[in-house]
Amino acid sequence: MEWDWDFVWQIMPTLIQGVKITILATLLGSVLAAIVGLGIALARRSPNKALSRTVGWAAEFIRGTPLLVQLYFIFYVLPDIGILLPPLVAGVIGLGLHYGTYTAEVYRAGIDNVPRGQWEAAKACNLSARQTWTHIIIPQAIPPMIPALANYFIAMFKETPLLSAITVLELMNQAKSVANTYYRYIEPITLVGAFFLAISLCSVVLLRWLERRYGKIER
Amino acid sequence: MTQWSGYLGLILQGALVTIELTLMGSVLALIMAFLAGMGRLSRFFVLRALATAYIEFFRGTSIFVQLFFAYFVLPLIGLELTPLQAGVLALGLNVGAYAAEVVRGAVQSIGREQHEACIALNLGRWQGLRHVILPQAFLVMLPTFGNNAIELLKATSVVSLISLADLTFQAQVVRAQTGNTMVPFATILVIYFILALLISWGVRSLERRMARGLDGVRV
Repeated sequence: MEWDWDFVWQIMPTLIQGVKITILATLLGSVLAAIVGLGIALARRSPNKALSRTVGWAAEFIRGTPLLVQLYFIFYVLPDIGILLPPLVAGVIGLGLHYGTYTAEVYRAGIDNVPRGQWEAAKACNLSARQTWTHIIIPQAIPPMIPALANYFIAMFKETPLLSAITVLELMNQAKSVANTYYRYIEPITLVGAFFLAISLCSVVLLRWLERRYGKIER
Repeated sequence: MTQWSGYLGLILQGALVTIELTLMGSVLALIMAFLAGMGRLSRFFVLRALATAYIEFFRGTSIFVQLFFAYFVLPLIGLELTPLQAGVLALGLNVGAYAAEVVRGAVQSIGREQHEACIALNLGRWQGLRHVILPQAFLVMLPTFGNNAIELLKATSVVSLISLADLTFQAQVVRAQTGNTMVPFATILVIYFILALLISWGVRSLERRMARGLDGVRV
């Protein structure tokens, strides 16, 4: 089978549609993962043993099971108990939860990296727990973890094709439907690969810049 | 009342396929990791360039796209693969690219004095690598290899989309036949988690075993 440039230009608008959804899912998923991760990291540090243990185990479980199965679970099982989600929302929740358990580790490392003196200084200044977190710890912990977080967001971007399995019309699904309509697989699938490679390589450049700007932390 | 025992047998068959895929994929990934990881440290520009291209390509595109490429596009250029072969190929090459960076990092983390000691003992390049550098570097790689193996295990769920009868695929079959979504998906989530725990436990005991006799050497 030959590579056909006319066909490429013909399917390009459809694929661009898909790229938009892919990027939208990645952005929304990243925001959710950043919030969920912070929540998990804070809950695991909680003095309440029951809370920290439960959250710790739940996070461990989510991290040890495949994203695809979790997506199926959210999309097909939750309607049984009356929660009916549109595909994109289900997908974003799946991505956010799954990667939230990874970003939680980044937050943990970032928070652990804040020197003990800062905690003691906060105590000496008679700050409440809440003030300590919002004014002292979080502002110092977040900048060094930005590169590591961005790393996970790129990883998440590469997992978005899984959303096609729960009928989100993102890049992969558009390519598959185009391929099934015209019985030509070589151009759509190759283009999907090219899109992913192009966007990942650009984000790697961005990541390098973030690393220079904010420095690294050990994960 | 549904006959769950029969369906459980189906799911366990799927578990076997998942385990088989994980093992074969890990072997391929390990081979690729050492080839590409050592390639990146090579004296020869061509080898370095080849290894870098391999690593960047497979880390830059999604595993999902690579799998579809292997299964749908390679036959068009005359390379017919069964779903199992396509699955092992895509998983092995993808995870191998990540693990190659681990190999490179671990070998580079071995101190300069070890290289100098090799020269002082008049060991050849290969001898030094084989008897001095790699045994120490391997220990550094092991924990990350464990994480990579778990990533590979989770990625195997994607092969269900190219009609390979793994755990996720069988869960879909059970769902279609019984109309029950909760039970099959919850079951396979637990099975995946147990497999992930087994891997991390296995790697940890291997690490203890390998660390024996190196107490004085490691800082």
